[in-house]
Amino acid sequence: MNLLLTIIALITLASAVAAICLRNLVHCVLCLTLSFAGIALTYLELSAEFVGFAQVMVYIGAVTILVLFALLMTRGGKELHLRSWNPGHWLTGLGAGLGTLGVLLVGIFHSKLREVTPLDTKDESVHALGNSLLDTYVLPMEALAVLLTVALIGAALLAMPERSRPGQTFRKVSSTKEGPVKD
Amino acid sequence: MWFEELLISIKASMVLLAPEMVRPLVSALLSSMPILMSFGGLFAMVTLLERKMLGRIQNRLGPNRVGPFGLFQPVADGIKMLTKEDIVPHSADHLIHFLAPLILLVSAMLGLSVIPFGQKLVAVELEAGILFFFAVGGAAELAVFMAGWSSRNKYALLGALRAIAQMISYEIPLILSSIGVLMAAGSLSLVEVVQAQAGGMHAWYIWTPWGFLGCILFLIATLAEVNRSPFDIPEAESELIAGHMTEYSGFKYAVFFLAEFVAMFAMCALTATLFLGGYHAPLPILSFIPGPFWLFLKLILLVLLFIWIRGTMPRLRADQLMEFAWKFMLPMSMANLVATGLWIALDGGVLGWILSAILNGAAYFGWSHLLSRASGVKPRVYQYADDPQTHA
Amino acid sequence: MIGKGIAKGMVETARNLVGSYHESERMVTVEYPEQKIPAKESARNFPFLVYDGDDWQTGLRCVSCQICEKECPPQCIYIEKDTEKKPDFLGKPQFQPKIFDIDVSVCMGCQICVEVCPFESIRMDREFEYAGTDRFNDMLFTKENLAKSNSYYHQIHPTEATETDGIREDKRQAHLLKERAKAEKLAKAKKEAMEKKAGASSTD
Repeated sequence: MNLLLTIIALITLASAVAAICLRNLVHCVLCLTLSFAGIALTYLELSAEFVGFAQVMVYIGAVTILVLFALLMTRGGKELHLRSWNPGHWLTGLGAGLGTLGVLLVGIFHSKLREVTPLDTKDESVHALGNSLLDTYVLPMEALAVLLTVALIGAALLAMPERSRPGQTFRKVSSTKEGPVKD
Repeated sequence: MWFEELLISIKASMVLLAPEMVRPLVSALLSSMPILMSFGGLFAMVTLLERKMLGRIQNRLGPNRVGPFGLFQPVADGIKMLTKEDIVPHSADHLIHFLAPLILLVSAMLGLSVIPFGQKLVAVELEAGILFFFAVGGAAELAVFMAGWSSRNKYALLGALRAIAQMISYEIPLILSSIGVLMAAGSLSLVEVVQAQAGGMHAWYIWTPWGFLGCILFLIATLAEVNRSPFDIPEAESELIAGHMTEYSGFKYAVFFLAEFVAMFAMCALTATLFLGGYHAPLPILSFIPGPFWLFLKLILLVLLFIWIRGTMPRLRADQLMEFAWKFMLPMSMANLVATGLWIALDGGVLGWILSAILNGAAYFGWSHLLSRASGVKPRVYQYADDPQTHA
Repeated sequence: MIGKGIAKGMVETARNLVGSYHESERMVTVEYPEQKIPAKESARNFPFLVYDGDDWQTGLRCVSCQICEKECPPQCIYIEKDTEKKPDFLGKPQFQPKIFDIDVSVCMGCQICVEVCPFESIRMDREFEYAGTDRFNDMLFTKENLAKSNSYYHQIHPTEATETDGIREDKRQAHLLKERAKAEKLAKAKKEAMEKKAGASSTD
């Protein structure tokens, strides 16, 4: 067992547990970030540079910030006080967690990847990844690109100020357009 | 080359002095020390340079009291900063309040580690160097949020939210405008990007149409990414006191300041690496001068450009900032990507050059014409003041 | 077109930057402690007390009427009357201040004390280099610090000082006239009384 991997795994798990248990929601999100970082470190330790950096960029740079924004726009990071003890919830959660773990374990132990020897030439991993993305897996990648574009356009549409149509009497409140400026 | 050989041999002999166990650690420390030291010194110089230059732009002398021509002003500033009381608000989240400036500084410094300062002078040679650079840049957003949120101050939180919104918005054009270079160089490694621009000034990517537009877009996005004027709305002192730094004082404030400048240097170094040939001399005959000199020269010229821009432009409004990012920067960088593809498809010949220039020019003029028509902004009409045209 | 205005502005600032090195008329600031801009005549900041003649104690115009103390909006003036009187410029015995303090760290330079002073005693100074290390003692001016001669007043505010001198000259003339009229009246009454007396004695 690799010592570094063990330390990273411990940090990841500890921060993941803290992310569930802490009272302050912002602290939870920050702990979640730490566990994301731990996962990224695991990837790097396994010499998967591209995946590791992508993990940092997407999860720490974007997902965490998104969660934080959502948090501040809604609750304002107030402390949670869950006093009621509900055994039903706990049992459901435990069952769901164990079920997921079982599915994952079955998947891992039946995977062919367990027999694959690790790559020695780590310098080629990004090139190989890029080539296979634009060669073998070009269709899934294009589909993902289209999906993301649609999501982007949808978000822009949602964020657009509502135009007043004929028959509607309410005034446009949030307008970013400026007329001629008069001093 | 002799300079790099010298540095490398010095480092190798120093590493040999250490016991066998700690040699990798000593090697890493020795690689990072020059970066830390030179950029710390550059920070001190640039703070003075900025104040001097802004003064001159406003027809003042700038700082000139401490030492000859005010050269020791950074020392005085440093003593002032370090001896000030370090105040933490009573209701602040102490741990996060303490961690935020450190994370910001570390993320800024880490970016410098993948910049090639010479043919063999790279602290960490990564295959996905530029990806690493942008990934650690993402931690800066988190640090800014931590600073703003943990201060328990409305100004700080507002500043942090503005900063994050701005950084996220401008990260997209930033990365998109750098992709052109990566396409042309065929690698994510910054070392290879620089090597693709070897052989004198004509090989630099800025002389291609897509590189020129990309460089300008990249510089604008850089300004926004490091919160420099005219994109300094996160710390707009007339509205938000100091944004996320409001509740910081003394040493922590100095660390914030340092981190901001180091991030700017890192971004400038990346710009020089991507578009201006990195450590390569502009003419092959000048290549006897060591590479780090050229990179620092380009970096300082870019910093001067930033100061010049700061002395020229007023601060943008938050909605103007967002509109500029999404309506101008994003379409332009996408058009630039298409132009780059065209250039690469035609093997960078004359035809490719002309076609991509036409594409980029059409995109710029057409889009800016459309935008200014759609925005409905007309030249200012002065009702009471004199028409400025009559004075011209 | 986007960017035209920015380019224009950049050229302008570059012109400033380069021009500031060889066109001295561009530089609008002066090196303050070594160089100073000559003060304008209308410059004012804190009040001072005017005295006539050479000795500030006998020539002090203030009669400690305390109007300025009452009118001062930030209440930075503190006056205590002396029990002894001294003759003023007309020779009349008048009160004099035992203590006259102005806290210049409180003073806002509004000039109301000058407006209300009926004795042309308090006027505005233009001295401003009062930096001190003690907020309480260095910034509290006593009458020794505040008393300044009329010639100094002429030096800093010539027009105003001449005007003030004119007012005082008018007052002196009026006073002299009044004195003379009084003396004449007295002489006349005396004479009449004498004549009456003489008449009475002659009729006797």
